[in-house]
Amino acid sequence: MDNKGLCQDCGAYVAQRAAACPTCGSHKLLYHSELFDLSIAHVDCDAFFASIEKRDNPELADKPVIIGGGRRGVVAAACYNARVYGVRSAMPMFKALKACPEAVVISSSLANYAYEGKRIKKLMGELTPLVQSLSIDEAFLDLTGTERLHGVAPAVTLIKLQQRILREIGVTVSVGLSYNKFLAKTASDLDKPNGFAVIGRAEALDFLAPKPVGFIYGVGPAFSRSLKKSGIITIADVRTRSDSHMMQKFGEAGLRLARLARAEDFRAVKSTNIRKSISTETTFDRDIGDQEELTDKLWQVCVKTADRAKAKNMAGGVITLKLKSRHFKTVTRRRTLAEPTQLADTIFQTCLPLLGAELLDKKNGKSTGQKFRLIGAGLSQLCAPNGDSGDLLDPKASLRRRAERASDIARGKFGKDAVIIGRSLNKKPRPK
Amino acid sequence: MKFSMERAALLGALGHVQNVVERRNTIPILSNVLMSADNGSINFVATDLDIEISESTSADVAIAGDVTAPAHTLYDIARKLPDGAEVSLSVGSDGRLEVDAGRSHFVLPLLPAGDFPKMTADDFTHNFALGAAELARLLDKTKFAISTEETRYYLNGIYFHAVAPEAGSAHGKLRCVATDGHRLALCEMAAPDGTDGLPGVIIPRKTIAELRRLIDGLSETVEISVSEAKIRFKVGSAVLTSKLIDGTFPDYDRVIPKDGDKKLVIDNGVFASAVDRVSTISAEKSRSIKLTLEGDNLTLAVNNPEHGNAREDLMVDYGAENLEIGFNAKYLLDVTTQIEARDVHFSLSDPASPALVTDPEDDGALFVLMPLRV
Repeated sequence: MDNKGLCQDCGAYVAQRAAACPTCGSHKLLYHSELFDLSIAHVDCDAFFASIEKRDNPELADKPVIIGGGRRGVVAAACYNARVYGVRSAMPMFKALKACPEAVVISSSLANYAYEGKRIKKLMGELTPLVQSLSIDEAFLDLTGTERLHGVAPAVTLIKLQQRILREIGVTVSVGLSYNKFLAKTASDLDKPNGFAVIGRAEALDFLAPKPVGFIYGVGPAFSRSLKKSGIITIADVRTRSDSHMMQKFGEAGLRLARLARAEDFRAVKSTNIRKSISTETTFDRDIGDQEELTDKLWQVCVKTADRAKAKNMAGGVITLKLKSRHFKTVTRRRTLAEPTQLADTIFQTCLPLLGAELLDKKNGKSTGQKFRLIGAGLSQLCAPNGDSGDLLDPKASLRRRAERASDIARGKFGKDAVIIGRSLNKKPRPK
Repeated sequence: MKFSMERAALLGALGHVQNVVERRNTIPILSNVLMSADNGSINFVATDLDIEISESTSADVAIAGDVTAPAHTLYDIARKLPDGAEVSLSVGSDGRLEVDAGRSHFVLPLLPAGDFPKMTADDFTHNFALGAAELARLLDKTKFAISTEETRYYLNGIYFHAVAPEAGSAHGKLRCVATDGHRLALCEMAAPDGTDGLPGVIIPRKTIAELRRLIDGLSETVEISVSEAKIRFKVGSAVLTSKLIDGTFPDYDRVIPKDGDKKLVIDNGVFASAVDRVSTISAEKSRSIKLTLEGDNLTLAVNNPEHGNAREDLMVDYGAENLEIGFNAKYLLDVTTQIEARDVHFSLSDPASPALVTDPEDDGALFVLMPLRV
């Protein structure tokens, strides 16, 4: 093929040394000798939360936008305008506002972001079954062998995906394309935002060599310091040491680093992340300290968790209660069950004494008067839903179990609210 | 204090008491054993504040006195000394314990005997005696069902109580019950004299384990004394005193199914090994195993999406309608170990109701198993 490049804006093939795309006239052209041979990609949304907010409110388009909670919180995301001022993710809010006082601060609406994130993942899923989600807004895609299916090389497929996400979701994404996951993830960071970067086999080693070790994902400041003590500063320095030396000196992490330094990463893109837990939490409109009211909220999250466990046909052997105080202090209390459950009643009955203990001052046995902003209930140590044998000593529990199973059947037929227990109605407006 | 005795006697006495001493203690003196030498005998006492075990043995006492020394260390020394050695223990001029045997010499730190916590003697209201073997049977057939769930502390032991004589019978029963909510085990025997009006008590798990060690293989009688808060077992020269669990044991009688109309009889050994084989597959926590009964055929099956499947057919004696019911494989195995007869009897009613398991040759023992959803 004579055409050695691609137009980043329309995905058209362009000839070597073209000044502009003959199809759309764009100057964003992509050339790489391995462009049509690489098929492992990392796709990462650009300032995802901020981009969603900007999309929903065009007035914000040119303003610096910071997503984060309250004065006490940290920056969850900052748009590129804000980043110019030095605002970064995970920076304390007061620091961010000092750096950029005119920033528009928006509290995050995670449910909305999660929804949009899922839509993006769905678009990815149409291209290949091998989509491995890393977080709400990034994923690895293995497009190996999809050329015959889509009629175009993976690079073209990715440019089309980039355009489709911009068109249908309204946010930009950056793509990294290479021959393994480590390099693909590295590449996606090189040309942000709305970028497309390629790292091929030919230049991978030279590209990495002068970079500091901290450039590698998973090598933090502490690990960098201990490497520095051994005279290892750049990735090239790592290559001068043998694998066994790195393993002896720095353990498992050292060996991983030695391999990545040679751009060796044989991990496959896996589409199914094994689910470790099922949980639900809810943040209240206002802080709640009343035990009865918290108990009502607890029941709601237990039902949701149980519903999700049943939908996934799983049960869990460990139950976790999560509470966040109004000072954002999170406590989790867990209990291992004698046998796994997926029933709302069991989750609720297990959490109830844990909740009670949190509300009680252990010293004087009186209520602490503590108020909470969030409650959650989760199941972990998941397994197949055998079990729930019932309790010999609590025949009412067995009845409640049977009632729950029966009402689940009705709810399956007539909708989630077809059968609810009285507790769910507390403090809820009556249906008109 | 100074005394000497044969190594075997020292090892025996320490062996009985040292096990109650916790490996890690926040209160230093609880790591020690109290030794009181007087009138040609030594009394050894160890405690964890909930259980106290003492043992007396004769010795050649030169100077009477009380000391406390590290229990595990002393026991290990006695264990490692050659058989037949004469061991001499004495308090040295520097206030430490000197242990001499043959050419071995040990010096151990001591703590004052006055600081050793002695369990207060209660007014024991009921006194009776049981054969060690009879007591062992009561414990063995029930202790496996003791709960480990700390929130239900009242289930963390065996409920030991007397049952009034049934109509037409002269004698009442002495009964032990343990349950963890998923299974229940009950074992009883004809009540010995002195148990009339015996209050029901819950004996903690650790006490059961210590007691079982103490009476293992013995045929002597065990004298038992019970008060509201404590129980005391006396066997030979050893005395075990324990606090009781302060709680109410649930009304277990209504848990025992009485209306199981589907009778199943299986050769116990064949059943146990089949359950064991099939459950190889079930690595999961629930270890659930499905029993399918059709006529005289019983199919044991484990289905596990990750680990595979297993199936085994057994010939059984079953005349009732077809039934599918699941159980925890471990619980089934625990129960089959307690059956002494060739066959095991199951009474079942439906897949969600508890099963009653009995031993055709021992009507003093019964077991209840809660089924699992399969």
